[in-house]
Amino acid sequence: MKSNIPWLIAAVTGCTMIVAWFVPVAKDWRDEAGTWYEILAAIAFVLGGANLFTQHLQKISARRAGWGYSAVTLVAFVGTLVVGLLKVGVIPDDPNYPWSGYHQEEGSALWWLFYYVYNPLTAAMFALLAFYVASAAFRAFRVKNAEATLLLSTAFIVLLGRTYAGAWLTSPVPDEYSALTFPGLTAIILGVFNTAGQRAIMIGIALGVAATSLKVLLGVDRSYLGSD
Amino acid sequence: MLDFLKNLDRRWIFLAMLLAVAIPVVMQKTFPEKPTKLVQDAFDAIENLPDESNVLFSFDYEPSTEGELAPMAKALIRHCCLKRHKMFFMTLWPGGLPLIEQNIEDIISKEYEEEHFARGKDYLNLGYNAGREVAIIVMGTNFKRMFPTDNDKIPLDDPTLPMAHDIDRLDDMDLIVDISAGYPGMKEWVQYAASPYGIKLVIASTAVQAPQAYPYYPNQLTGVLAAIKGAAEYEAALGEKYPKYRDPAFNDAIRRMAPQLWAHLLIIGLILLGNGIYFAERIKGTRR
Amino acid sequence: MQWFDRSRAWFGVILLLVCGGVVIFTELVKSGRNLHIREIAGLKAIEEAVGRATEMGRPCLFVPGLQDMNEIPTVAGISVLSHVARIAAEYDATIEVPTSRSLVMTAARETVQAAYFSAGRADAYSDDRIYYVTEEQFPYVAYLTGYMVREKPAACFYAGTFFAESLILAETGNSIGAIQIAGTSEASQLPFFVAACDYTLIGEELFAASAYLSHEPHQLGSLKGQDAGKLLAAVLLAAGSLIATAAALMPNSHALAMALHFLKDNLLGKGGPG
Repeated sequence: MKSNIPWLIAAVTGCTMIVAWFVPVAKDWRDEAGTWYEILAAIAFVLGGANLFTQHLQKISARRAGWGYSAVTLVAFVGTLVVGLLKVGVIPDDPNYPWSGYHQEEGSALWWLFYYVYNPLTAAMFALLAFYVASAAFRAFRVKNAEATLLLSTAFIVLLGRTYAGAWLTSPVPDEYSALTFPGLTAIILGVFNTAGQRAIMIGIALGVAATSLKVLLGVDRSYLGSD
Repeated sequence: MLDFLKNLDRRWIFLAMLLAVAIPVVMQKTFPEKPTKLVQDAFDAIENLPDESNVLFSFDYEPSTEGELAPMAKALIRHCCLKRHKMFFMTLWPGGLPLIEQNIEDIISKEYEEEHFARGKDYLNLGYNAGREVAIIVMGTNFKRMFPTDNDKIPLDDPTLPMAHDIDRLDDMDLIVDISAGYPGMKEWVQYAASPYGIKLVIASTAVQAPQAYPYYPNQLTGVLAAIKGAAEYEAALGEKYPKYRDPAFNDAIRRMAPQLWAHLLIIGLILLGNGIYFAERIKGTRR
Repeated sequence: MQWFDRSRAWFGVILLLVCGGVVIFTELVKSGRNLHIREIAGLKAIEEAVGRATEMGRPCLFVPGLQDMNEIPTVAGISVLSHVARIAAEYDATIEVPTSRSLVMTAARETVQAAYFSAGRADAYSDDRIYYVTEEQFPYVAYLTGYMVREKPAACFYAGTFFAESLILAETGNSIGAIQIAGTSEASQLPFFVAACDYTLIGEELFAASAYLSHEPHQLGSLKGQDAGKLLAAVLLAAGSLIATAAALMPNSHALAMALHFLKDNLLGKGGPG
């Protein structure tokens, strides 16, 4: 029962979405299923927040290793929630209703947290990639065999072709031979070789997703419910 | 020396990368850009639409990728403002909503203040939808089911929002522009909007995702802005057509190409150095 | 009132062929037929990786990706976790599973618990090792990299959906000297894992992992059904390429033009059964 009901919900909804693709009359059922999905997705945010709170609170109360980080997490979580819900710093649209006004109004506390804390922190984490790409390039890209040589040559062409250096280095090449310039070769590599490889990987992945989805719909694979 | 290089602390590499990016940023040197076919097609897709066409922008990114995608968003919005296209803004990412508001404020309200673009008549912020690809699927046949109101909770049928009255399905949009950093994003719009309904779709994506766009071009994708290079090419195309936009103030992406150039040259140098160490070791090993 | 969208008829036929292939091969395997799966180096290396962690007295780290249980790569990742957890239980190694979704945490706990039970080490299982961190991408990876630098796991497993954080994880794992096995269906992240990890499950190898590890009939049959789908795709590609090339070389041939039109616009397009 514990796994049958969730499986039935998944199977009925999934089959409805598939049938609606071919049977226009079932379109409204599909739209209904889509609305239900949207509601559940929104509830998942609340669930996620509640879980974050309880998990980290448990870690703090049990004083498990790293509980200090959990305390920082909870302070940030509660702080952001409070300033957002209470609309701290928001000028009300109607003075008779102190909590009217847009919660992300420019200059409000939530706006400030987003633009001066969240924004730079996430951008900084993403920017780390530039440094890691450089260290990975130094450490891992070795000409050990023919395939690696081909890979590196392609990498050099694309690295140069996607910047002004490539255009400048091959600027003496006449226009009728533009395919032999770095930008031209980059376009060929991306448009022909990369496209072929991407298509092959995509077809394989799509078939894998289709087969696994079929197993989920038929109830053969119930690992997402926690059982084998 | 060989031992030092072989055991090089990665922090020296990080320092080199920092300098390679920071010095060009300070020096503010720019280089000319020439649009490639993918970007030119994206430009033409917006340019060749009749004025006041319906364009749906989906801001599927968050602040972490703003550095790469914000210049694309700005250039695309500027182009649509020039053509007075009716711009519908939405996002499938929760962190995308403030970015929509920022762009509306900075570009539409401030840069085009004299044009007096009106909310509901020239642009509309539909807000965030949590439904991911399911939202796109349902929008395909019933747009207002997923967006019954705009971000200010005003029903789309309200008389103050005339631009939304005739939007019943996704293919009531003349063009969809997806600014995508991941999932949900490019692939979902291709699979559930462009492919089944034949709607023109332009993608502006991060560098990492860009190779995945090529198989879809030119059938499902009308044009692709791939990475900051694509953004720079689009700014160049915009400046070519509308000379006012050659002003460096409008060329965020072109300014970012100089750091990219030096970063790429550094990576090439590091690869050559790494292989030099590798071969030197091999020779040393052979001689013993 | 339209009961069937004829423009999608051929798509329905292809769908039935692919799904039918999965079902048929599953039944064939159940009836006793042997199916061969080639070795997947990354999966064979799991035992070596866990063994290394046990010898060094350091934990194993398993990262099930960024997405929720409704995504197929996450489901495939949990299947790999089951195998890793069973080996960890047998070797008495510690396995840590920080997750980015609460539902994934629940599924991972039940999976790991079942794995420990099946290895006869129910007493060694602890809920504390499988926990939810945060849903946000970069805060999650900040936690993971911090954990890796502090605790220095000897073996790191990444199986699921990853985005921009893949290189950060792989490079940090490399810097602490961990053996790394990764698997993702995100084609854009595969190059980073291939460059920085010791073993990588490329694309559908992640989905094949559960069949490879368990040898269960429905898993093996599904794998074979996917191969049948690939064969169909290959036949269509080859036929289409030949016909398109011939039509380009012989533009006056009506038969070739009709065949190409049928293939492009009918079979693979929206023309209906034609």
